Formats: sequence, structure tokens, C-alpha cells
Amino acid sequence: MAAVGGGGLPAYALRRLLLAVPVLFGVSVLVFAVLHLAPGDPAAIMLGAQSTKEDVERLRRDLGLDQPLVVQYLHWIGQVARGDLGRSIPLGRAVLPEVLLRFKATLLLTAGALVIAIFLGLVAGIVSAVKQYSWLDRMSMGVAVTGVSLPVFWTGIMLIIVFALQLRWFPSSGMSSPYGSGPADVLWHLVLPAVTLGTASAAALARLTRSSVLEIIRQDYVRSARAKGLAERAVIARHVLKNAVNPIITVLGVQVGFLLGGAILTETVFSWPGLGSMMVRAIQARDYPLVQGGVLLIATTFVVVNLIVDLLYAVFDPRIRYD
Amino acid sequence: MTDVVRMFRRSAAALFGLALVLVMAVLALVAPWLAPRDPDAIDTARRLAPIFTVGHPLGTDEFGRDLLSRLLFGARISLVVGLAATALAALAGSLCGLLAGFVGRWVDQLIMRSIDTLMAFPYFLLAVAIIATLGPGLVNGMVAVAVVNIPFYGRIVRATVLAVKQTEYVESARALGVSELRLALTHVLRNCLAPVIVAVTLNIGGMITALAGLSFLGLGVQPPTSDWGSMLAASRQYLNVAPHVAALPGMAIFLTVLGFNLLGDGLRDALDPRLR
Repeated sequence: MAAVGGGGLPAYALRRLLLAVPVLFGVSVLVFAVLHLAPGDPAAIMLGAQSTKEDVERLRRDLGLDQPLVVQYLHWIGQVARGDLGRSIPLGRAVLPEVLLRFKATLLLTAGALVIAIFLGLVAGIVSAVKQYSWLDRMSMGVAVTGVSLPVFWTGIMLIIVFALQLRWFPSSGMSSPYGSGPADVLWHLVLPAVTLGTASAAALARLTRSSVLEIIRQDYVRSARAKGLAERAVIARHVLKNAVNPIITVLGVQVGFLLGGAILTETVFSWPGLGSMMVRAIQARDYPLVQGGVLLIATTFVVVNLIVDLLYAVFDPRIRYD
Repeated sequence: MTDVVRMFRRSAAALFGLALVLVMAVLALVAPWLAPRDPDAIDTARRLAPIFTVGHPLGTDEFGRDLLSRLLFGARISLVVGLAATALAALAGSLCGLLAGFVGRWVDQLIMRSIDTLMAFPYFLLAVAIIATLGPGLVNGMVAVAVVNIPFYGRIVRATVLAVKQTEYVESARALGVSELRLALTHVLRNCLAPVIVAVTLNIGGMITALAGLSFLGLGVQPPTSDWGSMLAASRQYLNVAPHVAALPGMAIFLTVLGFNLLGDGLRDALDPRLR
């Protein structure tokens, strides 16, 4: 670990940061395209059939739709850089505060699901690999393939039927009770959505963790560690898991993307007031600025998560910095 | 090849997956003959009838429409749209991968950076963003889910092409004067078939789920057409009084996706035994 503070890591971090720039540019172009590739006149669609020609013209001017595309993009990205994501016409409010408020709820749901996914997925994956071909391995992989195949929106509905409507242990929707308040109330509301989203991710995580750990277990240095008489527990903890960290972090990075995307469905099932449920309503209302704000925020978060994942690699595995 | 078949046949899970897929495919094919009623025939006197009701073995939905008939006809849409989206993604992705790997240089850079950008979006979010642009609908949903999966195939094919390009038989063919286009389409692309076939079987389940998810959100299949996802969405209003209306379409999605996932796993394991 001595090399961590050396010249390798800052140089690697800078290189990786620079690589994120074209990706962020690509993301911004695609988000910009959400409005501009829409068939028909976006201004007319946004205002609906009741609007007058003058209203449409005014909105076209306000949105800058009468300018060349490049000018429109530069204007839009300049506004985004200043924190101005435009205004939602149906809501009559600025987009940024709206998406930030919703984003907190989405982050809470994603974090809750990630905790469940990590706990269930990593434990099941590691135990399966260490006890390969045992009944435990077969059972947890059977459960995992079932979990991967379960559509989150159906799991959510089934959990609502059993735990909210029949047993009445948890609320069926929302993020807080009308008369309840405080973190305990939010946590109580979080259980079913987080379990719904987290179990699907846990299943994928368990399968990938198992194969990552199995790859490591087959390495020569693990055989050598066993041959020199090291206890199995020590071999797994010191040699296998330490080296399996990177593949597992990779998988976790991918899973964050799955969770952020899956949150759209989970939020709709549980009426969770996050970005996902907001975007679905915004798409139906043709509220393009709100959709763009939501997509931009989630995609940028995912790019940052991937950046952190890549930096963590370099911290855990010095070879990557010199690759 | 016989080793692969033997390996596949030894896996009970893979055979179960194959059986599930075949059963679903046959049910979808014979839906018009098997369905007891017109799937869109409304009977308001028999709304939300429970399972085992006379004349409605799986009950009815909120408009009194026969659930078994709707599930069978829904299978057609879910399977056809899932397969079509997979084929579209596999075709477009393979073409991108082939171009990137075979031509190299700036073409490779351009395609791979575009793929990086697509992958910068969380999987389902990108599909939703594309729907936001194109508007909700069956075909748009299919295109959206296909575009999201292009990177998956692009990367697999590019990696295979890069490996195959270095082989001696490709070098020999080139030395014999075989044109670059023919080289790419015959010698190189043929070697990509096996990994693409495995990728397709592993991918179909996710495609079907994603498309059902879009329909569930009201962004995919639009009324009066319905698939399993939209049936599930409609059932949410009646969870308290008729939970079976929600349970059945979800179970259908789950079994189909499970079938494809087990089949894909089995094929992958048979072709790459190291992963077992």
C-alpha cells in the first residue's frame, strides 16, 4: 500500500478524470437531444392543443428553438453550467429545485436498496464460491437466478399484497405518514421499496460475486497458500477476498446503475416521491425540461459513481495505475 | 459441438429453461385456438371474477375480460416484441462491433466513445429517455430497449473481431487477395456467431422485462393493445379485492424470463466451461 501516496495515483486520477469529460459531453448531447429530436414542434407539443399560435411562437423564442442547433446547445449547456435547468410549464416552477428535492428521495431509496443488495448479494456470492457445488451453493444460486428473473415491478406489487394489504406490517405507498414524522417513519416506508429494488440487485450481485471469487480461488497463489498449510479461513480472508475486491467493486458500480434505473419502476409501484416517478409523469405531460433535468442528474450521478469505482480500483490494486 | 450438446443436456436447470421457453412459445403460437374467449370481450356483469369461475378458469379483469385469453394473447405481444427488440439490438450492435474492430482507427474511436456514452446512462433510464423523445408506443418502446442494448453486443463482437483479425487464416485469406468486405462478412463475422448467440439468449429475458416495465409505466404498449406489463399496471387499482389479476401476468413474465435466463446460462456454461 506504500505506493498509494506516490505519483501513480494522482496521475491515474487525473487521466481518469479527463476520460470522463468526453463521456459527460456525450451525456449532455443526448439529454439535449431529448427535446430536439422529438418528432414535431416541441413547443406546440408542450403547450398542448389548446394553445394559440402566438403562445407557441413565444415559447419557441423562450426555448431558443428558432436558433441553429449548435447555438441552442451552447446556450443550453451554458445555462446548465450556471445551475439553470429551465422551467417546467405544467408545474410553473424552476426545474432545478424540483429535481433536487426529488433526487433526495431517489438517493435514499437507492442507498437502502444498495445496503440490502450488498449484504445479501456479497454474502451469498462469497459463501457459494467458497462452498462450490455444496447444497448451500446450489440453493443460493437457485434463489439468485429466480431473483434475477423477477421483474421489480411485480415483486413490489406482490410485497404490497402480502406485507401491506394482508399483514399490514408496512405501508403500501408514499415516503411518510400523514401524521407521522421523523426518520423512523421514513425508514418504515422505505422497507418494502428498498427490499423490492435491492433483492433484484442482490441476485445479480451474488452470481457475479461467485464467479469473481471462483476465478481468484483457482489462482496459483491461492493453491500455494493452501499448500503451505494456511487455514482455509485465512486463505479466503487474506488471499481470496482481498484480490476479489476489484471485480466486486466493478459489479457494485454496475449495480448502482441498475438501481438508479430500476428506481423508476419501484418509485412508480410504491408512489415513492423520487425522480423516477416524477419523470414518468413528466413524459406523459410532455414536460421536456423536467425530463431533461431528471435524466441529466441521474446520468451525471452514474458517471461520478463510475469514476469513484475506477479510482477505488487504483487504491486497492496498484497495478492499474501503471497500466 | 457434441461436447457442447452433452454439457447442455447434463444441466437440469438448462433443460428446464428450454422447456419453459418452448411451452411459452407454443402457448403464444396456439393462443387463438386455446383461448376460451375473445381477449377484448367486455362483460361488466363479471368484473374481477376469481380463479376457477365457470367459463373463466383464471378469472376476469376489471372489465370482465377473460384473464386466460388475455394472458395467452399477451404472450404473443410480449414474446414477439422481446424477440424483435433483441434481434434489432443484436444486429445493430454486431454491425457497430464489426466496424469498430475491423476498420479500427477513428471509426473504432467514434463507435467506442458513442458506446461509452450510451453506457454512461443507467440501463432503464436510457430507455425512458428515448421514449421521452420518440413518445410512448409499442414500436418506440422496442426501439428504445434495442438502442440501450447495442453496447452489449457491440463490445462482445468488437472483442471477438480483434482476436480473430490476428489469426493466421485471416492473414492467409488477405494474402490470397480476398477483399476486405468479404473478409469481414465471411471469415470474421462467422466467428462472432457463437458469442452473439449466447449473448442473445442471455439478453432476451432482460429485454422482455424491460419492455414489460415500459408498458407497466404506460410508456410501451398502448390501449387497446395489451401485454403482460400493461395488464399488471391496470391490476394495481384492485390489489385488495382481486390480487390474482396482478399475480398472473407477473407470474407469466417471471416464468418466461426465468426460462430464457436458465437457457442462456446453460448455453454459456456449455460453451465456456471455465465459468462453471
